[in-house]
Amino acid sequence: MKLTCLSQGGGYHFPPCYMLELCGFRLLLECPLDLSALTVFAPISATDNDANASGLIKAQPWYKTVAALHLWDPSLIGAILVSTPAGMLGLPFLARNPKFSGKIYATEATARIGRLMMEELVAMHAEFVQFYGPDERPGLPEWMKWEELEKLPPALREVVMGEDGEELGSWMPLYSASDIKECMQKVQSVKYAEEVCYNGTIILKAFSSGLEIGSCNWTVNGPRRNITYLSSSIFESSHAMDFDYHSLQGNDLILFSDLSSLNSMAKKGNDFNGNNNHSEPMHKDAPLCDVSAIRTDYDNEDEILRCLGGIDENLEEIDKISFVCSCILDSLQMGGSALIPVGRLGVVLLLLEQLSRLLESSHLKVPIFMISTAAEEMLAFTNAVPEWLCKQRQQKLFSGEALFGHVELMDEKKLLLFPILNSSNLFGTKTLHRMMWQEPCIVFSPHWSLRLGPVVHLLRRWHADPRCVLVVEEGADAEVALLPFKMVAMKVLQCSFLSGIRMQKVRPLLEMLQPKLVLFPEDLRLQCPLKDDSSCSILYYLKNVMLHVPGLRSDFEVCLATDLAFQLKPRKLTERNMAIARLKGQLLLNNGKYLLVASKELLDLSNKQLLHWGSADPVRLLMALQERGIIGSIHWDKNGTDGVFSIQITKPEEAMIETSGTKTVIYCRDKTMAALIYEAFSSVCGGI
Amino acid sequence: MAIECLVLGAGQEVGKSCVVVSIGGKRIMFDCGMHMGYLDHRRYPDFSLISETGDFNSALTCIIITHFHLDHVGALPYFTEVRGYQGPIFMTYPTKAMAPLMLEDYRKVMVERRGEEEQFSHDHIVDCMKKVTTLDLKQTVQVDKDLQIRAYYAGHVLGAAMIYAKVGDTAMVYTGDYNMTPDRHLGAAQIDRLQLDLLITESTYATTIRDSKYAREREFLKAVHKCISGGGKVLIPTFALGRAQELCILLDDYWERMNLKIPIYFSAGLTIQANKYYKMLIGWTSQKIKDTYAIRNTFDFKHVCPFDRSLINASGPCVLFATPGMISGGFSLEVFKQWAPSEKNLVTLPGYCVAGTIGHKLMSGKPTRIDIDKDTHIDVRCQIHQLSFSPHTDAKGIMDLVEFLSPKHVILVHGEKPKMATLKGRIQSELGIQCNDPANNETVLIPTTQNVKINATKMFMRSCSHADFHSVKNSLPCLSDSSFGDSEASNLVRNEKVVEGILVMEKTKTAKIVCEDEFLQTLHVEEHKVQFEYSCPAEKCREQVSCQSNSGPPPSDGNFSETC
Repeated sequence: MKLTCLSQGGGYHFPPCYMLELCGFRLLLECPLDLSALTVFAPISATDNDANASGLIKAQPWYKTVAALHLWDPSLIGAILVSTPAGMLGLPFLARNPKFSGKIYATEATARIGRLMMEELVAMHAEFVQFYGPDERPGLPEWMKWEELEKLPPALREVVMGEDGEELGSWMPLYSASDIKECMQKVQSVKYAEEVCYNGTIILKAFSSGLEIGSCNWTVNGPRRNITYLSSSIFESSHAMDFDYHSLQGNDLILFSDLSSLNSMAKKGNDFNGNNNHSEPMHKDAPLCDVSAIRTDYDNEDEILRCLGGIDENLEEIDKISFVCSCILDSLQMGGSALIPVGRLGVVLLLLEQLSRLLESSHLKVPIFMISTAAEEMLAFTNAVPEWLCKQRQQKLFSGEALFGHVELMDEKKLLLFPILNSSNLFGTKTLHRMMWQEPCIVFSPHWSLRLGPVVHLLRRWHADPRCVLVVEEGADAEVALLPFKMVAMKVLQCSFLSGIRMQKVRPLLEMLQPKLVLFPEDLRLQCPLKDDSSCSILYYLKNVMLHVPGLRSDFEVCLATDLAFQLKPRKLTERNMAIARLKGQLLLNNGKYLLVASKELLDLSNKQLLHWGSADPVRLLMALQERGIIGSIHWDKNGTDGVFSIQITKPEEAMIETSGTKTVIYCRDKTMAALIYEAFSSVCGGI
Repeated sequence: MAIECLVLGAGQEVGKSCVVVSIGGKRIMFDCGMHMGYLDHRRYPDFSLISETGDFNSALTCIIITHFHLDHVGALPYFTEVRGYQGPIFMTYPTKAMAPLMLEDYRKVMVERRGEEEQFSHDHIVDCMKKVTTLDLKQTVQVDKDLQIRAYYAGHVLGAAMIYAKVGDTAMVYTGDYNMTPDRHLGAAQIDRLQLDLLITESTYATTIRDSKYAREREFLKAVHKCISGGGKVLIPTFALGRAQELCILLDDYWERMNLKIPIYFSAGLTIQANKYYKMLIGWTSQKIKDTYAIRNTFDFKHVCPFDRSLINASGPCVLFATPGMISGGFSLEVFKQWAPSEKNLVTLPGYCVAGTIGHKLMSGKPTRIDIDKDTHIDVRCQIHQLSFSPHTDAKGIMDLVEFLSPKHVILVHGEKPKMATLKGRIQSELGIQCNDPANNETVLIPTTQNVKINATKMFMRSCSHADFHSVKNSLPCLSDSSFGDSEASNLVRNEKVVEGILVMEKTKTAKIVCEDEFLQTLHVEEHKVQFEYSCPAEKCREQVSCQSNSGPPPSDGNFSETC
């Protein structure tokens, strides 16, 4: 087995990506897009204000895939496992490649949400196409030319090219709606704990990871290995089904791929750098101080302290949501609006519930808008998936209530959905929208990169209004993200939501799961020291370094069918305390299990021995011959070498047996008699 | 190891489905239903046959309920709360959501309307449902270390499941009720090609072959339309769940197409409440509904509104869905009393009515006068239309399923005795599969085979893989509807080559297959070769070259070097 980490990813929206070679098959784990890289592009500007763009690329955006993936031949990828919706955003690039013929596995809910996210991406991108016109020139776009790249500010250049320039090749123009459709047809969707068999050999099963509706950890069981592919997991969730770690127990090997803690720490470092070294005019803007002021409340250290304090993770997440809601309420009460371009489905659903409750209790009549092409289907979907939700939500089904609060909000017309929003029809004269649109309001809309979608227009409208508030997730670098919206006076609330296993819980978790081998990221080695003892060894993996994983079992497990077992004619080897039997059959491979069955051909059932070892005792051989009516005499080797002798046969016909330590030759004209002699020999010599 | 199958209910009859199967030391109860036709002790399965002492917790590993109909779940609260079973209970999400509605409705009818002593209380139902673990389709659930169960889509009603259970190498399927043809709101039954020792299947329509559904639907719509255009009222007595939704989709759709404005009413809150559940359980409905629900949820009926008692004698045509289905009492009887005397009106009857109900009386012949009790009677002048939308598979469907799964043994339950015997004969003669149709409280023993687990060395496996593996695509008889998953077939990889090795059995170790070379190595011995020279031994000394290699009888295999 070999493992190559192709990308360590970057948080919730960009999961890590691996290539796993197992049983002669290549399995790709996740196929994400790095959408945070979209920040290098300037959003569409209504007024062509150059100063606004401050060094951003003004072109139709391309999309950044996993660079190292392009080095692998798509035709040799046997299967792709997807754990989260974010893990499939790059799939159409691979699936549309005519050389790709592999299978794609994802849970039903992940596939559905992933498809909606991809379609939404294409829909939002269409606005760029409209603005810049269709990209018809062959070859690379203008901005990818070296001289253009040189002009970019260093921070942006690093996003485009990576540290050593190798990521330039990972940019792709976006796929089309038909690419998505074609890709989705190749996806085999599964339920939690449904067994699927890849190529008769590998059994795959998805178990809830708690991160999002439908997100999962995979168990990959081959004939000689039981692997758990452990992605970012959350023990208890307020919407998705909890992390089902019990079902992962007992597998030999764990591929630990929850790098969420790594990402949050790295981001923090970057922010620190950004605040001190960069000489962009941006960070002098007053409102950005607010960003960090609020953010410190959600520092990693703080979170850890709280966790050590024993406060339940989930309660903490609910507290965060409440805090966000109270900040929004403050803004609303001042007459400002709230803009929430949060990309996490679970957070959106919880915010909707909390906000409506808060509005109710404070007697504020403020409409909530959700502007997205996917909103209608996404909200309908979330209310029809009790099987994928946490216990409390399932209980709502059993008591006949809607699964999420948004159902009631929509019925009461407190939550209004718009598929699209253009600056022309938003606040202008278009009748229908104008009738419903009112400010202050709360708007949920994509995209969290602040480059695509309705959020751009709304930011333009509200960025200078200090009463308004913008809620963004940690992970997107707020400074860079807000670059094109200069003079940000609105409040920016950046908050991090739990997106994986807390470091201090890794060790207890691994101890509970009892693997024999753990593949752990080298980058987390220091932060999370693991015991490497006799019961469990740890191998550390690095990005783009192939890790050879030693086998744990040398033998294969095979089932012997009853019919074949009955055909066996075992022989005892008394001196060795064992029995042996020659076995002939057909080997079947069914659902990852080998089965030996009797072959349809009629088997040669004679007790004939085909393999001999040791040597024959001359006296016993002579006696065995006599039993068969053959008479002869022993002639010892002239040199007296041990074990070398011959038997001269006189009756019923002339023949001779010549034996040395490892070889016997039977000289005989008559075949029937040769057979008799052979039989006699077999009876005194070890054989099977 | 053998499978022991004790039929506690639905043996050669329809009602109180309950089968207890012992398999590899595990004991599973499939369904725990009640018989609607009896009011005495016969309404429940005879639980004492499971355990004489009444210690059901140690006698049973788990209970699995296939769907929410009372003849499959009706005795569950009684068994858990009154008889004291505390072990695990499994059912699908829709079943868990809807079974309490059915049970509560039944309890109310029994206690409040018929004034009977209650068998279980409201709290009993609530407490019982708390013990239920939910199943999703195709999810493989490990009940304990050895027992694995899995639910497959059965079609019959929302959430109906066929149950696969496996202990070691022994596996079986209990179908519950199923439907092999999709209808308006449900898909057709779907199952993988499994290797089974036993299949327990329902056989409600053991000898019936049904014609097209569309003809029956058209007939129904025609009757309804004719009645309302003549200014009449249509009474559709149904169960709250299942047929009500199916007929409602049919009518709502027809109303839309024909631009009809006549109101369709739902009598009880129960059906409207049920629609709420249906909306959340879209994932369990037919493909068409699943594909369109984001734009319009099929269960948001446009033309349907709740009914008020005052509307019974309002003038003008209307359509009314009312419970219970067989007009055995309750609201449907109340409306029937008012509407039956007018020949303009129409009453539709479900496909099956239990003896003793008014529905049954109306079905048998065309009575003009029905006596409710000593003092009350109704003059029946209205039209009667009998519905035949039964969500059960027909005989062809049963045969298709049995052939598709090709189990080693079949047991028939949930059917009528003579018809079951006919079907049993067909299964045995046409498919060559052993088949039983035990009566209630009978036990059937089924022998099973077991595979032996051994180890194989890498070298042996390598010697096997020289021949190419290829997936076996079984050429199977074409099925009437492509409702079966074909995934299982491709999971089998067969190596046509005959492989050979030596099985080494030592007392304390797992038996192991090795290659000849490896075998000699483990014994620390060298091979002793045997050669044949078909020549005169006297000549041998002189000329060693003259010998003839021959493939004589004893050394017929290539293992012998037949050289000089």
